[in-house]
Amino acid sequence: MSDVRDVHISPAGSGIHPREAAEHHSEVAARVVGDSLKQAGILADNLDVIAIALGPGLGPCLRVGATVARSLSSYLRIPLVPVNHAIGHIEIGILTTRASDPLVVLVSGGHTAITAFSGGRWRIFGETEDITIGNLYDMFAREIKLPSPAGPQIEGLARKASKFVTLPYVVKGNDVSYSGLLTASLARLSAGDRLEDICYSMQEVACSMLAEAVERSLAYTGKKEILVTGGVAANKSLQEKLEKVAEIHNATTYTVKPPLTGDNGAQIAWTGVLSMQAGLTTLVQNSRVKPKWRLEDVDIPWRS
Amino acid sequence: MLTFHGEADLPILIYTGAEAAIYLERWFGELAIRKHRVAKPYRIAELDQSIRQYRTSHEATILREVRKLSVPAPTILHVDPDSSTLIMDYVKGITLKEELESISKSERRSRFSMLGACLASMHKGGIVHGDMTLSNVISQDGRLWMIDFGLGNLSTEVEDMGVDLLLLNRSLRSTHFKFHSDLFRVFITSYLSTIGSKRGLEIVEKMKEVERRGRYFERG
Repeated sequence: MSDVRDVHISPAGSGIHPREAAEHHSEVAARVVGDSLKQAGILADNLDVIAIALGPGLGPCLRVGATVARSLSSYLRIPLVPVNHAIGHIEIGILTTRASDPLVVLVSGGHTAITAFSGGRWRIFGETEDITIGNLYDMFAREIKLPSPAGPQIEGLARKASKFVTLPYVVKGNDVSYSGLLTASLARLSAGDRLEDICYSMQEVACSMLAEAVERSLAYTGKKEILVTGGVAANKSLQEKLEKVAEIHNATTYTVKPPLTGDNGAQIAWTGVLSMQAGLTTLVQNSRVKPKWRLEDVDIPWRS
Repeated sequence: MLTFHGEADLPILIYTGAEAAIYLERWFGELAIRKHRVAKPYRIAELDQSIRQYRTSHEATILREVRKLSVPAPTILHVDPDSSTLIMDYVKGITLKEELESISKSERRSRFSMLGACLASMHKGGIVHGDMTLSNVISQDGRLWMIDFGLGNLSTEVEDMGVDLLLLNRSLRSTHFKFHSDLFRVFITSYLSTIGSKRGLEIVEKMKEVERRGRYFERG
């Protein structure tokens, strides 16, 4: 297996611009495909199938990847298999941690979802009702002119805090809501609170909220494993809190290790293998991208 | 869930939820429930303490308001925010989540019709539950009791009511997906007829909007 990437970096203080990211993707695509074949030590002629990430994600960026995938499939005369990128996060997580029946905590810029497998699909037990935890970090960082993704810097600043500042803690059932926390954190900052204290308090509240939502979902589902994946899975504060949740309920925590936590091609390829074995190929004319493809709408015939 | 053999066992831990430990005990001679919100090691003490104290006294306030609306809910007998403890009436029954698997289709539908009327009465009276899952409804010989109001609120916001519907819909879809669409339809019909279809449809629309919002968020 190989995993080659070239990630678009947006300038400090600004978010990802979909068109700029898509331009980046189309510039580097050919080289990334070539390098990954080289790294795997195989020729394009030896490929059996092309996995295509149809969504969810930014439309312009998905279309670049989809165009490359369709061209390869037509040129090499091999089938295309559609892959949902959130399912990719989960499958690579299960493969590398050997969890068997986990409650999955998917945390990234695009997702904050708590899900478990039942009756042929991943069912959502809890999620964010507005912005994701990754957005919270990134949007906060953008306001204070830190480059995105900003998690590690905010974590670093949080370590230099001297006190906890009260910020809104919003849990609704097994759901969380972060938009009020973002607004209040920025307001306290402009009211003169120290940046380090705000980073610490925002992180403490955000991760505690999520830990509580996970604990509620764990109690509701009775699962005995927690699998943490997605870009924000690397956050130490979140990891510690989820381990404490697991301890209370005699559950085991599995945290996917970087570089497989963030978005990557290997997870799409692996999920493509599982889908192909289940016979889920598609035709080029049916491979339209789905920017809002929900993970609970994907049938998973390979799992029982 | 309940293994109560006799007086000698009291007080007895009957349930450990995500938030609280639930004990059955005698309170001035009557059977009662002691709900103790336990400290969470994953929250710093300062935050943890204030959350547990707030939810304890808040739950008592909300329960009193719910009972004014004739919606079945336990009566609060004693409140102690300092120890995050509530003493309330003992409602003997099983959760709707557990009961659904063992009753007939017509009974299931009748429960959801009743639940629709209960939640609509609460919403009409300006109360949202905040944690509207099937484990927070107790069925007692066909009568439904609403419990666990720690995340409840006094609110007439369409969004808050929409979230109640969303949480219930999700709870049903995630654990009882075989019955989901039929039962949610029965629930909504009854909910709309109690709350009124104009207001009710506005709330249903909001539920859909909130659900869409949390999904794949495009970073701008």
